[in-house]
Amino acid sequence: MKEYLVLRVITKLLLPFILLFGLYVQFHGDFGPGGGFQAGVIFAAGFVLYSLVYGVAAAQKVLPTGILRAGLAGGVLIYALVGVANLILGANYLEYTPLADTMKEGQHLGIFLVELGVGLTVASVMMTVYFTFATWRED
Amino acid sequence: MGDWEFIVGHYNYWIAIFLAMTGLYIVIARGNLIKKLVGLNVFQSSVFILYISLAKVEGGTAPILARGIDIYSNPLPHVLILTAIVVGVATTALGLALVVRIRGEYGTIEEDDIHSQDESM
Amino acid sequence: MEAWVDISILGLMALTAIAIVMLRNLLAVVMLSGIYSLLAASIFVVMDAVDVAFTEAAVGAGISTMLFIGTLALTTRIEKKPAHTPVLPLIVVIITGAVLIFGTLDVAVYGDPLAPAMQDVAPYYLENTKKHAGIPNVVTAVLASYRGYDTLGEVVVIFTAGIGVILLLGSWRRGLPKIAPHKDDKA
Repeated sequence: MKEYLVLRVITKLLLPFILLFGLYVQFHGDFGPGGGFQAGVIFAAGFVLYSLVYGVAAAQKVLPTGILRAGLAGGVLIYALVGVANLILGANYLEYTPLADTMKEGQHLGIFLVELGVGLTVASVMMTVYFTFATWRED
Repeated sequence: MGDWEFIVGHYNYWIAIFLAMTGLYIVIARGNLIKKLVGLNVFQSSVFILYISLAKVEGGTAPILARGIDIYSNPLPHVLILTAIVVGVATTALGLALVVRIRGEYGTIEEDDIHSQDESM
Repeated sequence: MEAWVDISILGLMALTAIAIVMLRNLLAVVMLSGIYSLLAASIFVVMDAVDVAFTEAAVGAGISTMLFIGTLALTTRIEKKPAHTPVLPLIVVIITGAVLIFGTLDVAVYGDPLAPAMQDVAPYYLENTKKHAGIPNVVTAVLASYRGYDTLGEVVVIFTAGIGVILLLGSWRRGLPKIAPHKDDKA
């Protein structure tokens, strides 16, 4: 897409704001609408926009397949391990209360970590699916 | 209860059922696999609308706690549907991947053609 | 006023769905399904479900439409004319719809604060979120804390779907032989 100068410049301008908005939605989900599911999709949409304009190869330089697959499994793993940490600390699975001194802080930390895991998995899955479709060739 | 209240009180459910039946019609009457997946998406969204309609409280607001507000809509269906939407797109992606592979193996995505190829094999 | 917004957006959704059935140009069908998702997001805002509307707008109108267009690029754009008469599917759909509409006559009216769905756990979540978790967004608290098991399951489903797409279309397949028909299939 060498010839679409406007698209290329606007994409570069928009990309940091899209990613920043994704992070805002991720970490502000406790207070306003948002959370891991939405943030993951918005974050993935930023990279999809980039690869639509600059080509999949350029996007995969930033996000190699290995990193995406690590994120894919890592998100689920973060989620499950938060639950296991509760078990080790003597509480029920995913109870969150013993993660900090007070119940509120524990819950807050637990929700934060779990949402992080959700966001990581959702973003990685969306990007993996897009890249897999975009690089598929029939032999 | 007057007629108008009855209609407004059930309108959302009826439209949700109409959309669900449109989706179901596409899935059973059309042979193109992509069209079938679009039909499934239409059906799926209709179920979301039904759930969220059941969560609405007259005069309420979004379930984000704030001072001076007492009535909130029911947060539980919101949670169920929020996760269902993302799961829905993930499974749609899997279905589309299957469609691409079927096209690769059979050279068509029309159900009838796939059946006739299977039978002549 | 709110009732009229509700009625017109849902009416537009019904029209979009009919157009999706009628059209045979798949690119148009996919674009209409994107519009359908955006209308769904608007109706969710009207019904106070802001988190759901957010997700539907990002997923349904964004990522999902793009995946469909990607599939169209890899397959075909025009649907073949249906070979069968639509009479039997129409009868099935009309009977099912009639039964479901009969079922809605007993459902609590839209917006009823005394509906059974409002009585059980919903007030508990609304009253205790501030005390237990200390955050204002009840949806996030229910999603990640009260119903954490549920969400763990959902994340595993998304993960599995991602793995499935990699297995079906991943680059590791390059050079694999095409699937040969099984010897028992040659009837």
